[in-house]
Amino acid sequence: MVDLRVFGPSVAFAGVTKAYPGGTVAVDAVTLEIAPGSFVALVGSSGSGKSTLLKTVNRLIAPSAGSVAIGGEDVGVVPAHELRRRIGYVFQNVGLFPHMDVAENIAVGLRLAGVKDRAARVAELLDLVDLPHDVATRMPDALSGGQRQRVGVARALATAPGLMLMDEPFGALDPVTRDQLGTAIRTLHDRLGLTTLMVTHDMAEALILADRVLVMSAGRIVADATPAALLAGKGGAEADALVAVPRAQAAKLHALGAGV
Amino acid sequence: MTAFLDALTRVPDLLAAHLLLAASALLLGLAISLPLAIWSARRLTVARVALALASLIQTIPSLALLALFYPLLLSLSALVGGGIPALGFLPSLLALTLYALLPILRNGVTGLNGIDPAVIEAADGVGMTGWQKLRLVEAPLVAPVLMAGIRTAAVWTIGAATLSTTVGQPSLGDMIFAGLQTQNWALVLAGCVSAAGLALAVDALLGAIEYGIRRRRRVPVLAAGVTLLVGVALALAPLWPRGAPEITIGAKGFSEQYILARLIGHRLEREGYHVRYRDGLGSAVVFGALSGGDIDVYVDYAGTIWTNQMRRTDNPDAAAMLGEIGRWSEREHHIRLLGPLGFENAYAFAMRADVAKSHGIATLEDLVGAAPRLNFGADLEFLERPEWAAVKRAYPLGFASAHAYNPTFMYRALDSGQADVISAFSSDGRIAAQHLTVLADPRHAIPHYDAILLTGAKHARDAKFIRALQSLLGRIPVEAMREANYRVDRDADKDSPDAAARWLEKRFGL
Repeated sequence: MVDLRVFGPSVAFAGVTKAYPGGTVAVDAVTLEIAPGSFVALVGSSGSGKSTLLKTVNRLIAPSAGSVAIGGEDVGVVPAHELRRRIGYVFQNVGLFPHMDVAENIAVGLRLAGVKDRAARVAELLDLVDLPHDVATRMPDALSGGQRQRVGVARALATAPGLMLMDEPFGALDPVTRDQLGTAIRTLHDRLGLTTLMVTHDMAEALILADRVLVMSAGRIVADATPAALLAGKGGAEADALVAVPRAQAAKLHALGAGV
Repeated sequence: MTAFLDALTRVPDLLAAHLLLAASALLLGLAISLPLAIWSARRLTVARVALALASLIQTIPSLALLALFYPLLLSLSALVGGGIPALGFLPSLLALTLYALLPILRNGVTGLNGIDPAVIEAADGVGMTGWQKLRLVEAPLVAPVLMAGIRTAAVWTIGAATLSTTVGQPSLGDMIFAGLQTQNWALVLAGCVSAAGLALAVDALLGAIEYGIRRRRRVPVLAAGVTLLVGVALALAPLWPRGAPEITIGAKGFSEQYILARLIGHRLEREGYHVRYRDGLGSAVVFGALSGGDIDVYVDYAGTIWTNQMRRTDNPDAAAMLGEIGRWSEREHHIRLLGPLGFENAYAFAMRADVAKSHGIATLEDLVGAAPRLNFGADLEFLERPEWAAVKRAYPLGFASAHAYNPTFMYRALDSGQADVISAFSSDGRIAAQHLTVLADPRHAIPHYDAILLTGAKHARDAKFIRALQSLLGRIPVEAMREANYRVDRDADKDSPDAAARWLEKRFGL
């Protein structure tokens, strides 16, 4: 089998702050190192600033203070569109181009890069995200929600970026699809050697998929630990509160199962 | 039916001019409104200002918008030392372009704002530059909505282009205006049907393009696009250079003018010239058109030039007046006065014979006392003209009411009693036909209105041209003109102006 690994870069946040006119502070002086090849989940409730922090990496949002570096290089060095072509970006609403078929959607990054022969790479990417080749000629509105997000992932991976940014990638999916796609993403991460930064509000998902979980609240990182440490109650009060929900659900399910 | 088929023979040339004008206005409108729509979609304040202005323009009646460009271009031309045509294609193009802006702009902005924000986020996320985002994502997504706006603009532009006749630009409106003046309903109908047919055809072709874009089918887009291009290319055909020199003959908007223009035209055609007609020019506009070179020759009336162009209020005898007009127009406008045609078409206050008799009115002096009990009907211009001011200075007339009519309806109003006194024309065949009493002017307030031939600078030294026209001078007596006019104006068994001109030619061997 071909070795597709790309060796993901490190990501470093240094005093990253995003304040809006009017006084709202979405991200409050976050300083953080993400190791190359790690799968990091950013967890928090709505409005905790996790999406904002994520988008400072591909400059969809410009921080009001502080800086972000990828592989030791400041993200502001190259023009934004060049930076973004080196980063995979997947988000909840997918944003497939409705006027392009699946193959064109997947290959759009290659088209921007000036790659002429794109058909082989599209086939490879469809395999990678477990989609049959015949969807290539379909239009996005003829796909299910799960298929759409798989196409979104394939599109993000098309140019073989080392870094994947995911903003609630499974937020709009049913639980079964959500679980399947989560597992697929983790497999891809390992197989390709990516660095992955995933925003989610679902602590169970974070614990199952990530190597490291960051809990955000009011723009700050309030917990930073491995899933094992979080489950062991070493993440502090806010993290414990989030971990308690899936733990309680699991316990109830276990009790129900034992009761039969 | 034959009248309608006759009228249809005038369609091709006018249709071509009409299509060219509308297509140019639409293209220019697109060139302005597309960048403006993109800018508006990015900046809310720009959108507000641009859409408010475009909507404001839309509230101006199209006829007024066209008319406003005449003085505007005239003063602009004076500002830069001349050279900008204030009549014809340019003012029509500008007015129609302004008209085309709103639907394109509005649909463009609506379409751009309606694009799913997730799609825009994805376009940014995959690393598109602003231009790539516009080309690869926004343009294809906005195209169907935009095409709907372009279709609206096309239909509006084709419709409003009929009004460009009034500023001297040939269009299908020539037939509508001429037909309305001469009550030739076949001509009006042919003009309307052609304009509507053109609008429907263009709308259908643009609709096919819209459908093709929506369904991502190339065939209808290409087929309709090619058809449109071929249509425009065919419309350009009459503009391709021809061997013989071309003369443009101007005419104001009434039957006598149409007939005289044809008379001049036939004479010149016999000398081998190609002739075009610009009918229905406003009488304020037509003199400017001659001095600006938009037309080469037309017939005006001494008193009109005297009072309206030269702003004179005195009233010398006819010979002195003609001499002064000739010197003035040569000096000020390089316009050559060839001479009088032989008849006069003066403003004449006319009443129904029975009404005049019952009030005991025979002169304008008699009218002064009776005026407060009488209704006045004038043609569309008269109440604004200096002649009316001169008459009022000499005779303090205070009518119960004063209404402006198009000439045909003015005679009808007199006939039906809606108007008691009208501003008739002394060469009008209807004065005799309706047995009208023409009131005398004992104080000589109304100047002489000898019909005179005027030519522009371009052909002033063209001996063949001048000789051909000189053969018409002094050859048309007022009775003959009246009868020719009546042949066109009468309600039944109407002649076309062309046929009436041929009748005159035959009768006098012109």
